[in-house]
Amino acid sequence: MLLIPCPWCGPRDETEFSCGGEGHIPRPADPAALTDPEWADYLFMRKNPKGVHTERWVHSQGCRRWFNVARHTVSHEILAVYKMGEPPPETGADSKQNRT
Amino acid sequence: MSPQRHRLAAGGRIDRSRPLNFTFNGRRFEGYAGDTLASALIANGVTPVARSFKYHRPRGIVGAGAEEPNAIVQLETGARTQPNQRATRVELYDGLTAASVNCWPSVNFDLGAVNNLLKRLLPAGFYYKTFMWPPGFWMRYEYFIRRAAGLGKAPAAPDPDRYDKMHCHADVLVVGGGPSGLAAALAAGRTGARVILADGQNEFGGALLDGGAEIDGGPALDWVAAAVAELEAMAEVRLLPRATVAGYYDHNYLTIVERVTDHLGAAAPANLPRQRLWKVRAGQVVLATGSVERPLVFADNDRPGIMLASAAATYVNRYAAKPGSRAVVFTNNDSAYRVALDLAEAGIEVAAVVDPRPEPEGPLPARTRARGIEVLGGQAVVAAHGGGRVAAVEVMGLDQAGGGVIGESRRVRCDLVCVSGGWNPTVHLFSQSGGRLRYDDALAGFVPDRSAQAERSVGAAAGTFALADCLARGFEAGLEAAAEAGFRRKGRSRRAPKAPAQEEAPLRPFWVVPSTVARGRGTKHFIDLQNDVTVADVALAVREGYRSAEHLKRYTTMGMGTDQGKIGNVTGLAVLSELVDADIPSVGTTTFRPPYTPVGFGLLAGREVGALADPVRKTAIHRWHEDRGAAFEDVGQWKRPWYFPRAGESMHDAVNRECLAVRNSVGVMDASTLGKIDIQGPDALRLLNWVYTNAWDNLKIGRCRYGLMLGEDGMVMDDGVTTRLAEHHYLMTTTTGGAAGVLAWLEMWLQTEWLDLKVHLTSVTEHWATVAVAGPRARELLSALTSDIDLSAKAFPFMSMRAGTVAGVPARVFRISFTGELSFEINVPASYGMAVWNAVMMAGEKYGVTPFGTEAMHILRAEKGYIIVGDETDGTTTPGDVGMDWIVSKKKPDFIGKRSLSRPDTAREGRKQLVGLLTQDPKEVLPEGGQIVAEPEKKPPMKMIGHVTSSYWSASLGRSIALALVYGGHKRHGETVHVPLIGKTVSAVVSEPRFYDPEGVRLRG
Repeated sequence: MLLIPCPWCGPRDETEFSCGGEGHIPRPADPAALTDPEWADYLFMRKNPKGVHTERWVHSQGCRRWFNVARHTVSHEILAVYKMGEPPPETGADSKQNRT
Repeated sequence: MSPQRHRLAAGGRIDRSRPLNFTFNGRRFEGYAGDTLASALIANGVTPVARSFKYHRPRGIVGAGAEEPNAIVQLETGARTQPNQRATRVELYDGLTAASVNCWPSVNFDLGAVNNLLKRLLPAGFYYKTFMWPPGFWMRYEYFIRRAAGLGKAPAAPDPDRYDKMHCHADVLVVGGGPSGLAAALAAGRTGARVILADGQNEFGGALLDGGAEIDGGPALDWVAAAVAELEAMAEVRLLPRATVAGYYDHNYLTIVERVTDHLGAAAPANLPRQRLWKVRAGQVVLATGSVERPLVFADNDRPGIMLASAAATYVNRYAAKPGSRAVVFTNNDSAYRVALDLAEAGIEVAAVVDPRPEPEGPLPARTRARGIEVLGGQAVVAAHGGGRVAAVEVMGLDQAGGGVIGESRRVRCDLVCVSGGWNPTVHLFSQSGGRLRYDDALAGFVPDRSAQAERSVGAAAGTFALADCLARGFEAGLEAAAEAGFRRKGRSRRAPKAPAQEEAPLRPFWVVPSTVARGRGTKHFIDLQNDVTVADVALAVREGYRSAEHLKRYTTMGMGTDQGKIGNVTGLAVLSELVDADIPSVGTTTFRPPYTPVGFGLLAGREVGALADPVRKTAIHRWHEDRGAAFEDVGQWKRPWYFPRAGESMHDAVNRECLAVRNSVGVMDASTLGKIDIQGPDALRLLNWVYTNAWDNLKIGRCRYGLMLGEDGMVMDDGVTTRLAEHHYLMTTTTGGAAGVLAWLEMWLQTEWLDLKVHLTSVTEHWATVAVAGPRARELLSALTSDIDLSAKAFPFMSMRAGTVAGVPARVFRISFTGELSFEINVPASYGMAVWNAVMMAGEKYGVTPFGTEAMHILRAEKGYIIVGDETDGTTTPGDVGMDWIVSKKKPDFIGKRSLSRPDTAREGRKQLVGLLTQDPKEVLPEGGQIVAEPEKKPPMKMIGHVTSSYWSASLGRSIALALVYGGHKRHGETVHVPLIGKTVSAVVSEPRFYDPEGVRLRG
């Protein structure tokens, strides 16, 4: 049971939250301009790193706010929590890695 | 009742003034307060106590704690019965009833023991091989295997007991109340930190309860009593005896199973729960979980009377119960010499101490010899003899390497064999926490290496066995943990408790005794007693290619019993490493998983059972429905009236009457449960355009529009009517079940993608009661209740909203329809819901107004071909599939899901598409979910071309109707398809999915 520091409510049990999967995947500005594989990549393909993963969480049983979490997928250590729209902090994560 | 023949006259921590009666396998016995069921059975000389899992061999008690593999009992009978209880952990209470598992008809005469003779047919992996062939035979074998293999029975009746859950925080959680844990708790507690000390036994002290040791110059148990008293007096310390820490999860979250009244039996006070599940978030954890002794493996080492040396000492010292009268001690280390001395002290004859080490030296062997006990160095017990119970052992010399036996075999008569193959630190919780283990050569066992969480292991759990070191290290760890949690030592520091140093010679790593006969021929060398896994099984598994620890475990079931191989696992790994010619560290361990000991489901459910299992949501009008005898249907957490039967009516009768009333006169329905989201802000329109498939730009204030919501994958997600209430103010309705999901969906987009949109969402589902008045006379009915809303078709057209007063209450009236009839949905503040409902019923009396439920509503909408998201759609259904391309805007440049609609698979022809089905026999109502085929004559397997999504008897049409999803359905209209059922096949003609008033004249009237 992770202890997740909600930026608005403070540390709370994982059961109060829902995970929204990988973060920093902006919706394409013009989906019509994308090829089918490009659209499928946006829609379905997600990273599954062994290491630091930046992901979205929502405090669904609390303030209902979305935010970003940098979590190590092996140790489950939460290295950073930051608000939507903010860039990922330097955590050693390979955040620039191309997903495709 | 027989006397306690094997009870010592004095000593032990039992209370001889409080005799307790209990029943085991139908026989009545007596024990004392302070006994466990196991110690009471030993005091009464009961053996065997169980039959083994696979071969049904007689078994005796092996351990004295959580590690016990054999003495697994079914406790009590009836609703309170609990399978899978370790007799070594069941505290005796008056009236206790227990029975052996795995034996039928009785423990002494067991028909299953024939398996022992058939053992050649039950090799490792027998599940995977023997019974899978010939095809079809598994079904016959299974009944007997399941019956023969179970570990007890689950209760058949609901659990009458209560279980609680506690959530709490601790600065320092100390697991284990032995010397190390007590010292840690004292040190941490004295700093003022919030400390929890949890221990699985009924009293603190751990191994000290076996007596003999000295601390701070006095008996160790005096120190224990003083320590517990000091801890009890600390305001921030919580002591939890009878509390087993079952799981160690991420971020220092641990669960503790506290057995609150299990030990009281019928005398349990009614105000207390049976057990409590503690969920603790700890700042720091100190693991002082001790260690479990491991056996040495020799031929037929499972005979009753063969037990762990430490367990024998516990029974003698703590429970004053004699596990035998003539003992052989077989040990590769010094600790069991202490046991030999304790046994001798208690009057048990010790025939010999057999030690594989060539020349056992040091204080303990010396004291043993001085006591007149023969010490056989460089020798080993190679085999046990005896049927029901061990009667003798065979002892032979060992060669230098320990790989072979030499010399003449000598037979030593005994009825008790105390074995010690060294000690395995109890690293289960450490390993669960993610910590890395290290193989310690001196110890020949795995010890904690690198912590993954804010945790430290101390004492025997960390491979520290000398009492003096345990106390010092425990104390130090308590101080460290408290300091890291922010608590420093206050005032004058106090020293750690002290114990005299002990000198012990190193052990000789030794696992399986070599034998003169090939292993697996005639005799058995057991590694895992609970699952009957032998050395030969491991060898077979390796020969068949299962060479990794994880594969070996699954193939042989080694360590997969309810004891999780606490005794035998490391031995099994050592055997494996020998067979694959690798060292033990590289073979590694299998994964340790919670719980440490089995946990009952009742505890995990806690209070969340019955009415508290899930919240129940009721509308403001719920009581009226109840009073009228409505049958209810669960929709999400809501209770919705399903239908309103009159006296003598069947469901069918009632639903038909309700449908006809709506079609011919007027009906009224409680539609309050529909999800309602209030949307406000200058960008509300932009939001609607994003999330719905159709365009919203030209919607005028006071007008309503139906919308279809897609996932980004283009599949139908929800639908509903949204109304523009003011310039920047909309009210969205959603399906009853989808309300929370839709709100979360919209919020997700607003918060993660469209942060610039100025719009706020509020769930107002429960703020409003909704009374839907539907039918040709709806307008007449409503006109009697309002004077400030012009209800005429011209002033109040279909798909519009008017605010005004209904029955004297401020109301929003929506002219929308899910039934296909003229329909008004009256929304009033929820607190007025009942009043307005009653007013509608009174005003409607002269029209025979009929309350109708969800079943009639479903039929009426199906007659119109209106979809229900989740019935006609299943997450793989596009708008086009359900014939709703008309609502998908071609002009909007983008909306959620748009791009996916042109993906090749989404856009292809021949997808499952919504059609109507008219059965050839109009009286035949198809079952929902029925699979559709094109060719009725074929035998299974047949190609299925679709399925029935909704199917009803339509009273309005006087025939059955159905909706279905059929491959290429839009082009199949007029074709005949078939639904094979048990015993018959129903034929139906594919039609438009609209059966009633297809032009929609009635709802616009």
